[in-house]
Amino acid sequence: MEKGVVISGFGGQGVMLAGELLAEAGKEEGKYVTFLPSYGPEMRGGTANCHVIVSDTTIASPIIGYPKAAIVLNLPSLDKYEPLMKKDGIIIINKTLVPREVKRDDVRVLQIDAQHVAEDLGNKKVVNMILLGAYVEIEKPVKIETLKNALKSYLTGRKAELIEVNERALEKGAEIARDFMGVK
Amino acid sequence: MGEKLLMKGSEAIAEAAIRAGAMAFFGYPITPQNETPEYFSRRMPELGRVFLQAESEVAAINMVYGAACTGTRAITTSSSPGISLMQEGFSYIANTNVPCVVVNAMRGGPGLGDIAPAQADYFQATKGGGHGDYHSIVIAPHTVQEEADLMFDAFELADKYRIMVVVLVDGLLGQMMEPVEFKDWVDVKKFKTPEWATVGQGDRAQRNILISFDILAEGLEKMNLVLQNKYAKIRENEVRFEEYKMDDADYAITAFGTVARIAKTTIELARNEGIKIGLIRPITLYPFPEKVIENRASNVKFFFDTEMNEGQMLEDVKLAVNGKKPVYFHGRLGGIVPTAEEILDEFKKHLGG
Repeated sequence: MEKGVVISGFGGQGVMLAGELLAEAGKEEGKYVTFLPSYGPEMRGGTANCHVIVSDTTIASPIIGYPKAAIVLNLPSLDKYEPLMKKDGIIIINKTLVPREVKRDDVRVLQIDAQHVAEDLGNKKVVNMILLGAYVEIEKPVKIETLKNALKSYLTGRKAELIEVNERALEKGAEIARDFMGVK
Repeated sequence: MGEKLLMKGSEAIAEAAIRAGAMAFFGYPITPQNETPEYFSRRMPELGRVFLQAESEVAAINMVYGAACTGTRAITTSSSPGISLMQEGFSYIANTNVPCVVVNAMRGGPGLGDIAPAQADYFQATKGGGHGDYHSIVIAPHTVQEEADLMFDAFELADKYRIMVVVLVDGLLGQMMEPVEFKDWVDVKKFKTPEWATVGQGDRAQRNILISFDILAEGLEKMNLVLQNKYAKIRENEVRFEEYKMDDADYAITAFGTVARIAKTTIELARNEGIKIGLIRPITLYPFPEKVIENRASNVKFFFDTEMNEGQMLEDVKLAVNGKKPVYFHGRLGGIVPTAEEILDEFKKHLGG
């Protein structure tokens, strides 16, 4: 089973970290993974995105032309990926920064007021982890536990103190996703 | 082999080169491959090896040339415009018969171009680029693992034939991360200075001379024949390719590097619709796997070549097919990467007949 996601937002929102973490977790579970970041002039202050695929079998193209899942952190990202989404795909949206509804009615949409959720958790920078936790709970490319373990290899030294809040953010996202799936 | 590491292609290239025994790196920065020299700059001094940022690409390739003349495993990495600047050095290296490895992370061109992935340096890499009748061995990996594996082969082939080996990649293969497992370290303590190396006369009766020219045409023709004889051996022995789902294929896609990888997804999509496509992926672009393509011409209805250029490998595919079957083409230019779906749509336009 191959599970791909596009993660997209402003540079600085932790798009790349979220993607890399997912890839690292996939690798830890012995799966095939690809992490493809956008790169280039547009990264400076502009939008950044990455394509992450986790699979039980060899991955051919690392590029996701038409996503089955997208984590959208800002409005330009929704504008870009909404038209490309596959039917019945899931868009997980950072509602705080996306002041519009999804126009399509053939995709699933989970809106999370992630900025405020993050502030409640005590660190406004963990928006990416809340959304990632929600995605992983819904699509299950890897286990949440593996993601939490992977955090340890990314947040080292002075950043190690951030592991705990990031773990809580992943869990909070997963909890929101469970509620979402419960009510549909 | 050890544990799997999640690494960027551009860093895996550097780590693999180091493990393969690269003793000296010379280069000049250029996007989209700066992670490679950056990685070398950290690791080479740790190992007591050479990292040198030259004042220009012209200087860098001539430093590689100098190191290569001493039989030292030397490497440079750059991207299209930087590689263009090195062409004179490549030609001299060819006729001096010294080994080295060059990585080109191709970007959109011509001119300064952009930093997006492209494959438009195929002609330059496989047909010369510099002046004179020469070739380099050109290899084109399509995954991060293959990038790591082929760096070892690049150095082995360079030494075996005293030739420059070009590893052709692009920004996509450089920037993406995948789990990678490295081959064992080459034991550099076992390296012996080659007989031909210019490292001082020592106990030799005569000093070694390495030279890239003969001012007399008769002599220069002989030098050329030495090269041609070497290229014939390389064409005979070093062709590498991958055939993917070709056994029952009615059609063959030909592609290399990044596009070959995307084409594998195209093939999956097509087979879900009952269209049996296979892939012939040259791993060595020089020597080109012409025989396998020629042989498959009797099995398939047509070939469909796809590249991130205006049809450069296409010419070699057509020469190999030699008119036996139609060869169609789809390419994107200037750094645009085609999607698997797009390649399938373009392919289907030729199904009607």
